[in-house]
Amino acid sequence: MKQLQIHPAKVYTHNPSLDVIKKIGLSFVGIGVLGFLVSLTNITKSNPFLFFLLSFGLVTLGALIFFLPQIKESPSGVKNNNIFFNSFTSRQAGGWTLGIIITGFYVLLYWFPETLTNWVRLVDPLSYWLRNKAADRWFLYGSFYTLAVLVMGTRMLIKKRHNKYQILRTLSVMFFQLGFAFLIPALLLRLNQPEHYFTYFWPLKYDYLFPYTVDSLIKSGGLGYFMVFWGIIMSFIATPVLSYFFGKRWYCSWVCGCGGLAETAGDPFRQLSDKSLKAWKIERWMIYSVLVFIVVTTVLVWLNFIYHGSLLGSLSSGFSKTYGFLIGAVFSGVIGVGFYPIMGNRVWCRFGCPMAAILGILQKKKSKFRITTNGSQCISCGNCSTYCEMGIDVRSYAQRQENIVRASCVGCGICAEVCPRGVLKLENDSADIRFNRNIS
Amino acid sequence: MEHLVIIGNGIAGITTARNVRKMSDMKITVISAETEYFFSRTALMYIFMGHMKFEHTKPYEDWFWKKNKINLVYGKVVNVNTDSNLVCLQDGQCITYDKLVVATGSVSNKFGWPGQDLPGVQGLYSYQDLELLEENVKYTNHAVIIGGGLIGIELAEMLHTRGIIVTFVIRENLYWDNILPQEDAALVSRHILEHGIGLKSATNLKEILAGNNGRVCAITTDKGEKIECQFVGLTPGVSPNISLIKKTKIETNRGVLVNEYFETNIPNVYAAGDCVEIKATEEGERNRFEQLWYTGKMHGEVLAKTICGKRTKYERGIWFNSAKFLDLEYQTYGFVSNVKREGENNFYWVHNSGKHSINMVFKTDTRELVGINVFGIRMRQAVFENWIREKRTIEYILENLGEANFDPEFFKKYEEEIIAKFNEENPGSGLKLKTKKFNIKKFITKISV
Ligand SMILES: Cc1cc2nc3c(=O)[nH]c(=O)nc-3n(C[C@H](O)[C@H](O)[C@H](O)COP(=O)(O)OP(=O)(O)OC[C@H]3O[C@@H](n4cnc5c(N)ncnc54)[C@H](O)[C@@H]3O)c2cc1C
Ligand code: SF4
Ligand code: SF4
Repeated sequence: MKQLQIHPAKVYTHNPSLDVIKKIGLSFVGIGVLGFLVSLTNITKSNPFLFFLLSFGLVTLGALIFFLPQIKESPSGVKNNNIFFNSFTSRQAGGWTLGIIITGFYVLLYWFPETLTNWVRLVDPLSYWLRNKAADRWFLYGSFYTLAVLVMGTRMLIKKRHNKYQILRTLSVMFFQLGFAFLIPALLLRLNQPEHYFTYFWPLKYDYLFPYTVDSLIKSGGLGYFMVFWGIIMSFIATPVLSYFFGKRWYCSWVCGCGGLAETAGDPFRQLSDKSLKAWKIERWMIYSVLVFIVVTTVLVWLNFIYHGSLLGSLSSGFSKTYGFLIGAVFSGVIGVGFYPIMGNRVWCRFGCPMAAILGILQKKKSKFRITTNGSQCISCGNCSTYCEMGIDVRSYAQRQENIVRASCVGCGICAEVCPRGVLKLENDSADIRFNRNIS
Repeated sequence: MEHLVIIGNGIAGITTARNVRKMSDMKITVISAETEYFFSRTALMYIFMGHMKFEHTKPYEDWFWKKNKINLVYGKVVNVNTDSNLVCLQDGQCITYDKLVVATGSVSNKFGWPGQDLPGVQGLYSYQDLELLEENVKYTNHAVIIGGGLIGIELAEMLHTRGIIVTFVIRENLYWDNILPQEDAALVSRHILEHGIGLKSATNLKEILAGNNGRVCAITTDKGEKIECQFVGLTPGVSPNISLIKKTKIETNRGVLVNEYFETNIPNVYAAGDCVEIKATEEGERNRFEQLWYTGKMHGEVLAKTICGKRTKYERGIWFNSAKFLDLEYQTYGFVSNVKREGENNFYWVHNSGKHSINMVFKTDTRELVGINVFGIRMRQAVFENWIREKRTIEYILENLGEANFDPEFFKKYEEEIIAKFNEENPGSGLKLKTKKFNIKKFITKISV
């Protein structure tokens, strides 16, 4: 018998030089982190740009050097290797440490901003260049946020390079974050216009439909009118229409900034979401409560506005302040991002976001979107459920040969990508025939 | 109240229990020695590779069993007495049954090779095998796997993720070409080599040798070659696990013998899943072994009906299977033989990248599709099932191939390219892609007429 006569075009064998490159990348990140620590002191003032490069610059460069060699390491495919052995991604010491650091950062940012003054100075040069004014803590936050989306988005593009859905979706969130949540608002400021985020709408950006915002936008003239108009159209017309055709995903995993961060910086933590039935029950209680809370608050502030404060007095401002503190700051920021390494990357989107609540109702009740299950091919392995960031027990549907039509599904497509048996497909098809079981 | 006792909490036993519970409130007890709760055997590899933890492989949360009144007993059955309807466990406890289901699964094959029981030599079937593997890899830089196939490739990938050098030793010329046609086997073989995994083809294991520490240190082959290794994986298939049943009055051959109703020779004793050998009903047919997840599930569904008084015959639908070779997804519908059978022809297309291919076997006279193997393109099972049932011709199927595509949105489509190749090979056929996309409404009206 003759020996095998097959020669692949390329053979991926272990290449030690790639390990060296990755170590160099990691050391840059390490030095960059030191750069950040040093920059907390007044030393920054001497040369903000130099320290900007030593912190932001080195971390970015190091991360890219670390991610890129992965292309050469192995053929592209689902490589979730060692995720549950890695301390950072399996809720062990590393994860807790990271969680505490991020949470700590949010606490400082919201309630002790003076501690971050020197970091704010780091981004002064950038701020002047873009907005022609000094940086503030929110510009610092925006810079961190955008950079996280871009750098970790690049990681995602490399990791998912075999999957065009993932590539396009990632490029989309990177584009919207950089363009619509960073550059355009900066440019507007530079042009003495209201700083406006065209990709955020009520009720996620709840104050965009609060009377004082509407009032001040209208007073600011031409562009301001458009901003109010855009906000109303997006919240009340575009949202149901787009959700009908594409499901919730058009926003949550393609456009939204919170979703953008979750899908890029948060990707290493998606497996930490709780899949239990109990978590699902809590989720429904919480998310709809938040929705009711913000609707009531919005109605109250408008009534108060219309009656010039005579009717409800301090009640509405009490509501709006409480909402701003509890939901706007604590939930969406501190817990929403700080708890990535503990509860997964979509804590806010799943348990708190009122926009997700509305999109979810639309998706469940009136939409063409569903995840189709492929006959009896499911082997109940559990990859889909494990990697569903929304904590949906995808397997429980797939093994019953039932389509997945769930309010919380953000259409990230990861369940379909990790399924080793080709069982799941996100698709838009007839809105009437969605739940149907086993069509064969 | 009637008492149903099931030995084995794998997919066959559990599916039986769950479906019986849907139809009846009889008392149900499931006994197993492997793990306390039902888990997905097919996911063993992902635990080892760190994709999941054991708890993620449990398809039902732990409260599910109590809520559905399915008693779980964690223990080994050492004796079954069909005269007194008793099942006895290792700890001495005996349970009386009215109806008994044997769903004891499989065991890894070992062919009596010298040295096959040395430390560092093992198969991959159970959760305990996984624990043993965790121990064995501590000593391993180079691993040899004997026997290709679906479990072999999983074991290779598992070891590979731990930085271990892996070499396959296979009897065949190309990987799994005792099942796959040459083109397909070549595609898989190339993919394996691309990953840096070695393939020694047309080679037989002769002996497994021990080193000074008593563990495996090398193997020798029938080619006179000696390969140093610290681990040997034995994955030349599985056989029904009948060690317990062999000692009883229940009839066995290579598996527990059952008819098409999963009834054994003893009344009220049934068997399902990997452990059964289904007796042939027609002259010239052979007894069947169905050792898959999907079939275990189907067995359980059918058997549950019989147990609940609605005696139901097992009709195996149109054959299908799906698997993954490293990054390469594989699906098969209908029957594709590794060597061309009489009266059959095939059409093969492979993409330049060597990562997407289809192999369609059809009858030369009627041109109806017999089966298809697909690599690197996901297909809709329902659509192919329907086409095969309706005896659609290869031409019809190619023109409507878009309907079967199940790849994620935005993925490159290959239908045009596939049809172009067919037209080139069959001048005058002039096929054109007619259906580009699946449409649920159309499909449902089509199958309901
Ligand atoms: C690594 C691996 C990957 C696989 N991948 C696939 C795949 O992708 N697709 C596919 O279709 N199939 C796959 N299979 C095959 C599939 O897993 C089996 O066909 C299926 O699990 C068999 O189910 P079962 O219920 O018949 O038996 P099992 O799952 O083996 O369950 C039998 C149970 O009975 C217990 N038992 C046996 N004897 C006793 C006793 N005396 N007392 C108490 N308990 C006892 C055993 O411990 C075991 O837990 C794979 C198998 C393996 C090993
Ligand atoms: S069900 Fe799938 S697509 Fe939806 S959120 Fe979960 S992983 Fe993403
Ligand atoms: S990943 Fe696929 S095969 Fe595994 S449980 Fe989910 S749908 Fe089933």
